[in-house]
Amino acid sequence: MRSGAACLLLLLGTSAAHAAADKQAFEEITRGRYLAIAGDCAGCHSAPGGAPYAGGLPIETPFGTLVSPNITPDRETGIGGWTDDEFVNAMQNGIGPGGEHLYPAMPYTYYTKTTREDVLAIRAYLETVEPVHNEVKVNQLPFPFDVRASMAGWNELYFKPGTFESVAGKSDEWNRGAYLVEGLGHCGLCHTAKNAAGGDETSRALQGSALQGWYAPNLTGDPRAGLGSWSLEEVVAYLKTGHNDVSAATGPMSDVIVHSTSQMTDADLRAIVVYLKDQPAPGDGSAKAVSGEDRMMGAGEAVYLDNCAACHTRAGIGIPQLFPALKGSPSVQSADPASLIRVVLRGAQSVATDPAPTGPAMPALGWKLSDDEVAAVVTYIRNSWGNAASPVLASDVASARQRLSQRTD
Amino acid sequence: MAATDGHFQYQSWPQEEPPVDKNGMETTSGRRLSGSGPSRRVLLATTAMWLLFSTTSARALIVKGNLPWAPNAGAPPTPVHPGPWVYFTPAEGAAIEALVDRLIPPDPQTPGGKDAGCAVFIDRQLAGPYGNAQGLYMRGPFADGTPEQGLQSPVTPAERYRQSLAAFDKYCRATYAGKSFAELPDDQKDNVISGLEQGSIMLDGANGQVFFEQLLTNTQEGFFADPVYGGNRDMVGWKMIGFPGARYDYRDWVERHNERYPLPPVGITGRPEWAPKPT
Amino acid sequence: MTRKLPATDVVIVGLGWTGSILAHELTGAGLSVVAIERGPWRDTATDFPTTYAQDELRYHIRHDLFLRPAQETMTFRNNASQTALPIRTWGAFMPPNGAGGGGVHWNAQTWRFLPTDFVLRTHLTQRYGAKFLPEDMTIQDWGVTYDELEPHYDKFEYLCGTSGKAGNVKGQKQEGGNPFEGPRSREYPTPPQKQPYGPTLFAQAAKEMGYSPFPQPSGNLSQAYTNPLGVTLGPCTFCGFCEWFGCGNYSKASPQTTILPSLIRRPNFEARTNCEVMRINLDKSGKRATGVTYVDTSDQEWEQPADLVLLCAFQLFNVHLLLVSGIGKPYDPSRGDGVIGRNFSHQVTSNVNAFFDGKNFNPFIASGAIGMCIDNFNGDNFDHGPLGFVGGGYMGAVQTSARPIVGTMTPPGTPRWGAAWKKAAAENYLSSYQVVTHGSCYTYRDVYCDLDPTYTDRLGRKLMRITFDFHENELKMSQYLTDRLAEIAQKMGPRQIAKRPRTGPYTITEYQTTHVCGGAIMGTDPKTSALNRYLQSWDVPNLFVMGATAFPQNAGYNPTDTVCALAYWAADAIVNQYQRSPGALVPI
Repeated sequence: MRSGAACLLLLLGTSAAHAAADKQAFEEITRGRYLAIAGDCAGCHSAPGGAPYAGGLPIETPFGTLVSPNITPDRETGIGGWTDDEFVNAMQNGIGPGGEHLYPAMPYTYYTKTTREDVLAIRAYLETVEPVHNEVKVNQLPFPFDVRASMAGWNELYFKPGTFESVAGKSDEWNRGAYLVEGLGHCGLCHTAKNAAGGDETSRALQGSALQGWYAPNLTGDPRAGLGSWSLEEVVAYLKTGHNDVSAATGPMSDVIVHSTSQMTDADLRAIVVYLKDQPAPGDGSAKAVSGEDRMMGAGEAVYLDNCAACHTRAGIGIPQLFPALKGSPSVQSADPASLIRVVLRGAQSVATDPAPTGPAMPALGWKLSDDEVAAVVTYIRNSWGNAASPVLASDVASARQRLSQRTD
Repeated sequence: MAATDGHFQYQSWPQEEPPVDKNGMETTSGRRLSGSGPSRRVLLATTAMWLLFSTTSARALIVKGNLPWAPNAGAPPTPVHPGPWVYFTPAEGAAIEALVDRLIPPDPQTPGGKDAGCAVFIDRQLAGPYGNAQGLYMRGPFADGTPEQGLQSPVTPAERYRQSLAAFDKYCRATYAGKSFAELPDDQKDNVISGLEQGSIMLDGANGQVFFEQLLTNTQEGFFADPVYGGNRDMVGWKMIGFPGARYDYRDWVERHNERYPLPPVGITGRPEWAPKPT
Repeated sequence: MTRKLPATDVVIVGLGWTGSILAHELTGAGLSVVAIERGPWRDTATDFPTTYAQDELRYHIRHDLFLRPAQETMTFRNNASQTALPIRTWGAFMPPNGAGGGGVHWNAQTWRFLPTDFVLRTHLTQRYGAKFLPEDMTIQDWGVTYDELEPHYDKFEYLCGTSGKAGNVKGQKQEGGNPFEGPRSREYPTPPQKQPYGPTLFAQAAKEMGYSPFPQPSGNLSQAYTNPLGVTLGPCTFCGFCEWFGCGNYSKASPQTTILPSLIRRPNFEARTNCEVMRINLDKSGKRATGVTYVDTSDQEWEQPADLVLLCAFQLFNVHLLLVSGIGKPYDPSRGDGVIGRNFSHQVTSNVNAFFDGKNFNPFIASGAIGMCIDNFNGDNFDHGPLGFVGGGYMGAVQTSARPIVGTMTPPGTPRWGAAWKKAAAENYLSSYQVVTHGSCYTYRDVYCDLDPTYTDRLGRKLMRITFDFHENELKMSQYLTDRLAEIAQKMGPRQIAKRPRTGPYTITEYQTTHVCGGAIMGTDPKTSALNRYLQSWDVPNLFVMGATAFPQNAGYNPTDTVCALAYWAADAIVNQYQRSPGALVPI
């Protein structure tokens, strides 16, 4: 294993500041690698075509662009010169080695839940990856957002530091899941709605959020829009392979599956799902469907039969492991239809993993369907076969088209 | 059908000089697809550079690690829009309209070739790669061969129409007291077309039989092709025979033997029922 | 100036069915493989999506998926007394291009050859005597038997999820299958597809006449299926845009839907697309391939060195590359010696059009390999003694398509245009039906490929020249098969039939399947074959040549199942024999 050899090399160059931890503790390094996978560090800190953890990936935020820094042990351009305490401070408190504030695109707001031991294990692993000389200009936010000191006030309002505390009365499995979801997994970074300042809407935790042209869906136990209708095994299969009998991952979640969840243990995935499915849903899952008599539904049915049924079937049940079921789909019935509209307009490629390499893709329909037709078919899909969700208007589609035309991903 | 099949569109080669990596291997611009999936966080400022790549059909010179994909990938057909002739002169257009309307005459049930848009279809086809014989082997030397060896002519379909229509017009005016084909009564038109078909009419500067075969083929193509190409307007050709068009799922109907399929035809760009009824 | 690349273990020319199979098998054995494909990458949702794949004009009439003749073509003549002229636009066959090759746009008709097909000369001589065969017929035994290939047929069928009904499992005849087929080790991976009206009528008629109808084996699946590579296919939806078209919903077996998603993930595999191999390079001895030279779209030439070269292009281009690379002795028909270009063949098809009253066939509800067939008149399944010809084919109601530009049938005598044509087209489209024969095409001394003296391709290489015409044997066979077919068609109850047997001369202008084969055939004798029984070149042991190129003659079936079984057979020999001890696998 590469980390073993690198570990040996590092021993030769060990400085006094690192003397605290035993760098030959192979179990520690292995544990740290696993935790880095759980935290999906590579997802942001590796750029496509670049070296692992060497940074350089532009990250789109509502306030502008940040570029992920180099966290390889390179002393000049990476974090090789940091002390363990500095690393822990960054992960748990969002403070850099010079006392500067990190931006919460680096999700210290979640990583704060991670124990010091786990953070140090991650550090031990990161010390063993290939050091890469790669100078990154991280802060590319426009003024005034580029003033890091302003994060002090933001943290005051929106950051609650502190490691995870087990909840009494819940199983060990539940607590493990909570530790992962609320900590390293940082699921809420994408799946919890944000207020205007970019802080979490904590009252709507894990109930879905719009970002980067997608809608990251509700992960609570909501039986309609959340994970309530999926069995535990189905959710685990989704996280492990990117596919299950009713759904397929696409968009930003593909990266999460490839870099993170597909490499986690079944036990941890189960724990995550146990915790998520136990999260409270605001409603009871009942909703009023748009009437079949509605003019949009008639047109939507025609569009659906002619364009969608060949894969998703007339009954909306799709083909297991290949074409997602639309009937009963939480994503389809999301309060915000952004993902559904996006996929219809631009197409989408589902994730490929070793156990599920097919990676079937949906073709783009945006060139073929007018705003009216997209609105009709999406409304139809959201309200057929027992589905119920708000209708979509032609004007919604038009604005989505406008916004998406600026995107290249 | 005459053996003058052309093709739709020459495959486009990548236009830019691609960058070269350390092995001297060309990679696609910035997107050597190895290992990671589609990047989820994109620098908005570099949109313009990457938009060029993403609007092609996600073709990579080197394919490794992941199946290539890009949003809006694909090469859908460009719909023909009604309007003035693109290739034909007005006189040529009038002649073609008259010809297609006899090859496929109007009747109470179904429009003829003209109203079905066959002349528009032919016009747009000749203005495009088909008309230019793009992608065909057009190197010389050219020699007459046997019928089994197929068409051996440097004349492209577009040129053939132009040359033939000129010769045809000359023939009609000389034979019918100065009248163009379009001005003849229908039965006389039919006689002239039969003459072309049988080779009994000699055109000066063109081969009438070859022209007839080309024209008949293209007319019937126009009558039955997807309406996106300008012919088969309102899917009249499909309605005439009972072809449901660009459908893709007949699972519910395979075993319904000897039953009429009930759904109306649909083209690639749709059918009237797709539009929500006005409120 | 040619730039030289780092060496790889294996270079594969062409990423169609055989290229994909060999790449997967060899990367699985740990070898590094580079596949060089002349055409573009092809992917379902990008290149043949359900949103516009159903376009008859673009794909059938304008040949959008096929190779452009401007990029490469051949010249053609019926016989040596003529001057060959270029095939300027495709007609008789449609050469593929791009990743997936012909596997993208085939019908997915997945037939095994008969056991007797592999030992054809021996078998026919034994049964009818040597004098029964025409003197200039050059059919040969293959050097491999059906039994040896059986596990590889099975492997390909389970890769694809082929839908069918076995007729013979380990020697036991099975009800509902083909009673004439060679024994298979197990049932098909998925059940037969549902059948539309026409095939069920045909089957009924055939059964009443004492024949044994069965469902055509189909690579368009009857149900979703996940193959041993973990790749999933969906169920065919009978769209009727099959052969000539890519499948939009992952239900036609192709390299895209069965192998490429798994292959592409392997770190020891790389595909280079839009790169055309110009020649296979040999060392000074001429007995060892050193790799290939190819050109990219920027006109840059590259040399790709490799220890093993696998020629996996379409048959025509395999032969052409051997000729322009100077590998193997070119065939000389006047002297009767040489092997490259020898034993070229195609297919002998015919049909019967039947016109009915009061029947609605919904012919547009179609799938590439759907249908009911009989094999009673294939191979040597019937006594040829009194008939005066050899060979045969399957026949059946094979409902592959009825797209309007090509598939609008009118009764004989109907004018080709005008009001009468219009009326006949309107009245007959739904109620007319075509049944077909798919006959063998044996090989002859005067049918061959060589290099044209006059015409060149865009890279300056001489075009390949095809000299081909039908022989009396094939025309007699076609007449016979068509007559038998017509009898069955008549029994279906039409008001009128039109018999259309194959007649000569062979024309390059009318489509007759893309099953061209031969030209670098396999065999037991290097004087009469280019490859040994493992598809290894007799002349250059580190070169293997895949595809229908290896067929010594064509049988009465579609070739792909046999092409791919041979590919697995060769892969097995390469991994388990050649890699352990590189060199000639069969002593010369």
